[in-house]
Amino acid sequence: MRVLPGNTLLRHLLIAAAGGAALWALTYQLELYRDYQLATAAAYLCATAGLTVLTGLNGQLSLGHGALMAVGAYTVALSQDKWGILSLSLALGVLAALAAGLVIGLAAARLRGPYLAGVTLAVAVAVPAVTTTWSSVFNSDQGLPVALDPPPGTLALEQWQAWLAVGCALGVLVLLANLTRSRFGRDFRAVRDDETAARLAGIDVARTQVLAFVVSAAGAGLGGGLLAVLTQSVSPGAYALSLSLYLLMAVVVGGLGSLAGAVWGALLLVFLPDLTHQLTVGLALSPGAAQRVEGNLPLAVFGLTLVIVMIAAPGGLQGLLRKLVPFRTITPLPKSEERPVSDAQRT
Amino acid sequence: MRSARSGLAIALCTTLLAAVTAGCSGDGGGGGSKAPVPGVTDSEIVIGTHMPMTGPASAGYSKIAPASKAYFDYVNANGGVYGRKITYKIMDDAYNPANTQNVVRQLVLQDKVFAVLNGLGTPTHTGVLDFLKTNKVPDLFVASGSLSWNQPDKYPDTFGFQPDYTVEGKILANYVKANMAGQKVCFLGQNDDFGRDSLAGVEKILGAGGLAAKDTYVVTNANVGPQIGKFAAAQCQVVILATVPGFTALSIGTAARLNFKPQFVVSNVGGDYSTVAGLLGAGKPLLEGTIGANYLPSVANAADPWTTLFTKVDKDYNGNAPMDGNVVYGMSVAYLFVQALLAAGKDLTREGLIAAVEKGGFTGPGLAPFRFSKADHSGYGGLRMVKTTGGVQDYFGPTYQTDDGDGAVTEYSGAAGTPPANGIPSA
Repeated sequence: MRVLPGNTLLRHLLIAAAGGAALWALTYQLELYRDYQLATAAAYLCATAGLTVLTGLNGQLSLGHGALMAVGAYTVALSQDKWGILSLSLALGVLAALAAGLVIGLAAARLRGPYLAGVTLAVAVAVPAVTTTWSSVFNSDQGLPVALDPPPGTLALEQWQAWLAVGCALGVLVLLANLTRSRFGRDFRAVRDDETAARLAGIDVARTQVLAFVVSAAGAGLGGGLLAVLTQSVSPGAYALSLSLYLLMAVVVGGLGSLAGAVWGALLLVFLPDLTHQLTVGLALSPGAAQRVEGNLPLAVFGLTLVIVMIAAPGGLQGLLRKLVPFRTITPLPKSEERPVSDAQRT
Repeated sequence: MRSARSGLAIALCTTLLAAVTAGCSGDGGGGGSKAPVPGVTDSEIVIGTHMPMTGPASAGYSKIAPASKAYFDYVNANGGVYGRKITYKIMDDAYNPANTQNVVRQLVLQDKVFAVLNGLGTPTHTGVLDFLKTNKVPDLFVASGSLSWNQPDKYPDTFGFQPDYTVEGKILANYVKANMAGQKVCFLGQNDDFGRDSLAGVEKILGAGGLAAKDTYVVTNANVGPQIGKFAAAQCQVVILATVPGFTALSIGTAARLNFKPQFVVSNVGGDYSTVAGLLGAGKPLLEGTIGANYLPSVANAADPWTTLFTKVDKDYNGNAPMDGNVVYGMSVAYLFVQALLAAGKDLTREGLIAAVEKGGFTGPGLAPFRFSKADHSGYGGLRMVKTTGGVQDYFGPTYQTDDGDGAVTEYSGAAGTPPANGIPSA
């Protein structure tokens, strides 16, 4: 029944190449605004993919991934201002987030459950305060501009941005897909399922947890850096506490622990607010009511979606899809993959 | 095995790169002869704005865009501009620069607006200047007094509306210097270009060391206790506020709670009486004696023909929203925009509109003249002082004008024009 090659790397590269080619063709068909949305979804995907590995596969809860995205974004802004080399800036953004992730991860590896959530939450809350306290560097609420060279040739900026973001997101997905199917991925799951058993099996639990945090922070850093490039600006409002919560909600609704679920989550993050905007416009409310609904409806819809998904499909959208479509015949997974994620959630 | 893998990866990357390059070259050489103007048809002009309809700056400001829309509806009901009806798309950015990025892209790329009108906020609008410039979208009459809008070389399509914060800071400080000589003056400003530009104006008049204390606040932190406490400790007698209405109310309320009673002098954008009084609720007597400045018709003066006109439009097209400075502001902007459209002529293009604004010569409800020219993209150049007495905020003294450099503050003798009989400008 094997349609795709058994070699993991080859299989992932083929899927990524096919996806990349399809999306590349798509960017020509889409309106520029849709290209921009696609690019935004791809940027979010870098972060949600990392978060789903951390939370779904390694069992560590992070409410601070928005802050890690901010680290990447501000690094890109500062580096673009100083050197103006985009690839260097994005690399520095990833490195900075990686370093921040290492620090948080070292603390996180000693903490469990609500305490871990508390520490990461504190990081997310600190972002606006940091930008205000050192406002000469970060320029407070107004934020920093991100200088960008115009795209090559007659290419529209938004289309070029979409290519960049989709390319980076596919890279992240390939790397993470390989990681989760490697020894490290098995270690991640072993630690999530039973720390004592993992320790008995010779796995260094703390190191595995720190590694998972660092990997996922790097993803968030790249996502934040890309967002900064897309909007050509960075401000704390883009990386508020709500972003961290949205990211977590997105991976849960998408399907915790699965990279495909992270894709669903990233798409939801971009298109759900858009959908609710269309809805408020379509409802033709009185100006006063429209004002109140406009700002709050996305929150309500997101919350409602979360509740419905948790009741109807605890495995998230991806879990639901797996039930409906027999994916196993296409991509055979090792037995350990089949362990339902809900095991971890119950503990 | 490893080398085989990396070989494969390189091959794939090369293929992708080649495909990308091919795509690039295939895309070139589009460019039609005479492209249709975005957002303009024979019967319609679509324009858009970003406004804080929710969030920390929504108090008062959320009334501006509906008022502009009401005036456009009034013009549309009377035949529009050269037969074209104006459609005004209002997007909520909640005063969050990150949202502004998104909604302005939606307006320009998806809704294909002809121009962005009166986008509100210094931190919010600063972030979209480059985007609007890249897409050559006229960015008219920004609802903020930041100096950034007046950079014709860097942003040829961006124009201001209100007196910039430096001009305002100079005029406020000039009044303080003349009438409150010898008193300790302190300054609270928003921690962005709004606060900085205003502070620059104040210090141009009072001197670099002229302030006894100065501090900043951020809109995301609704606590000004430390700042006001610092002013109380410094025994400030006059406090100049460059704040949005929510933080004007917060500062005055916090000072009252600390039993600290300085003379407040409030920037126009944060000083509208009904807005701040609404926020203070039962504490509104605290506004008694507060000084500020304005440049548009006072709602307190019902005999003013502009107030009469705007009240009528408000009643017929804006659901009879309570009249305040925000409604007057929104309608004044709309009036100016209609003037600009008329000046741009029947054959409306983006370049034509920019040229028409640069040509200037607009008259309207403002007390001071516009400064628009090829070399100057800033709006009104002066203000008149206002004072709140017995719950009514009204003008006193002469109108002042100045520049954002080191020029002196001088009296301006001109007066506002009168509105045309039907309330709609003509070409």
